Amino acid sequence: MIVAKRKPFEEIKGLIKGYNKVLNVGCGTCVAVCLAGGEKEVAVLNAELDMARKLEESPIEVGALTVERQCDREYLEPLDAIVNDYEAILSMACGAGIQFVAERFPQTPVFPAVDTTFIGVNQGVGWYEERCRSCSSCVLGMTGGICPVTMCAKGLYNGPCGGTNKGNCEISKDQPCAWYLIYERLEKQGRLDSIMAFTPASKWENQVPRTVIQPGYEKSKADATP
Amino acid sequence: MKSGSNLEAILEAGHFAFTGELGPPRGTNGEEVKKKASYLKGMVDSVNITDNQTSVVRMSSWAACIILIQEGLEPNFQMVCRDRNRLAMQSDILGAYTHGVRNMLCLSGDHQKFGDHPDAMGVFDIDSMQLINMVKQMRDEGKFLGGADIEDPPKIFIGAASNPFAEPYEWRVHRLAKKINAGTDFIQTQCVYNMDRFREFMKRVVDMGLHEKCYILAGVTPMKSLGMARYIASQVPGMDVPDSLIDRLKGAGKGKVAEEGIKFALEQIEEFKEMEGVAGVHLMAIEWEHRVPEIAERAGVLPRPKP
Ligand code: SF4
Ligand code: SF4
Repeated sequence: MIVAKRKPFEEIKGLIKGYNKVLNVGCGTCVAVCLAGGEKEVAVLNAELDMARKLEESPIEVGALTVERQCDREYLEPLDAIVNDYEAILSMACGAGIQFVAERFPQTPVFPAVDTTFIGVNQGVGWYEERCRSCSSCVLGMTGGICPVTMCAKGLYNGPCGGTNKGNCEISKDQPCAWYLIYERLEKQGRLDSIMAFTPASKWENQVPRTVIQPGYEKSKADATP
Repeated sequence: MKSGSNLEAILEAGHFAFTGELGPPRGTNGEEVKKKASYLKGMVDSVNITDNQTSVVRMSSWAACIILIQEGLEPNFQMVCRDRNRLAMQSDILGAYTHGVRNMLCLSGDHQKFGDHPDAMGVFDIDSMQLINMVKQMRDEGKFLGGADIEDPPKIFIGAASNPFAEPYEWRVHRLAKKINAGTDFIQTQCVYNMDRFREFMKRVVDMGLHEKCYILAGVTPMKSLGMARYIASQVPGMDVPDSLIDRLKGAGKGKVAEEGIKFALEQIEEFKEMEGVAGVHLMAIEWEHRVPEIAERAGVLPRPKP
């Protein structure tokens, strides 16, 4: 899932300073699961904003609506009817969701209430770890299911570097060396030959905005493009 | 000869190579480079010029390389993958070669987190293995990484590092083999302190015949003080300083630790001269350049052969 964390309260307050009617839009998918921007977090933030602005003697009216997914057009429809009641929108979705809302309502200022952080896994309640940088050409098959792009601090494709420190990465005693783990896993699987071969320079595909059209759906884009 | 560098000629002729190292200044004082170079002149076959070593900004490696050439020394241009993408790397290689640089050491580079710009973006567009291969392609095929032809390709003697002291130990010799296959002509190892582990490593290197495919120079850094030894032992990732060496330095007594450190280095060099598969020594006497003449003299590596 996409993991985000709420922005510091003062920053959020600063972003919507001067607006007296703001709609806070949550997202019911990734950011809800990682406890950053679902229905509950929308309610908590709104209560905090309400109280803070009362104390500042500039009360604010903050509306709340949490949609299933802000990155999906059909779920944004319910916003159409109410958006004009507000001066601005706060979005608690990931950066993609926030942009999709902003794109739908180009007249309305849209502000982020979270910092989108990574694609990761749920290690425990409230505890998430990064696992993928969406490089567009996955090499997990070669590396025993451990991502060298994300988990190695230098993103090496032919690791490990000379900094491996008692099995940990040179950057920290708390960060395992990805290439040490890759070696260990492939060794146990008897697949070391997989990293014995030279991996050539990556064709970085994430240097421009990417589009995916699944096979068979080419028409959907063609129809939408004027 | 692949490059015509002095270092290559020395190694090819079968001489025991002796290389040095110089860190460029944190400013624009070229005199400082010249001064350090003056201590190394005639003492070593080639001088590694570090590239923003420990992720701290310094005068660019290629610029300091040019000063060395002007001073009549042969530089070994270090290049790390942290600070430049493949375009910048290739253009720097062309420029450095044009100015007379013939040796390169291709490195990953320390993580930027350790240096004076910890918030910098680490580039790592390509890794050290891919850099080695790119320099080889530029030299042997006369082609840029992107495939286009190079007019008058740079003929570089390609160096790389190897750290026998970082886990997974078993893998290090295979990674060395991988670097050789990628195009490495010579290796300079991480500073050796744990001689037992190094002997073991070299035995595996020889068993696999890797020493016949590439020249291996053992890294030596004399301990200047007990503090330095303790710092390297505990704070520098991928370094292995055995307790026995710390005890030995401690035993030397006040004011005599540096001399004991040099003695240990000299004993190492003596052993490396005889060790199968070791083609030379790379002496990294950083900020101790003025002691290199004495160390070279006592190590019996002078005068340096003229190829
Ligand atoms: S290699 Fe890593 S960053 Fe690329 S897609 Fe696979 S997991 Fe994601
Ligand atoms: S120590 Fe391991 S994880 Fe860290 S940069 Fe080096 S290879 Fe990557």
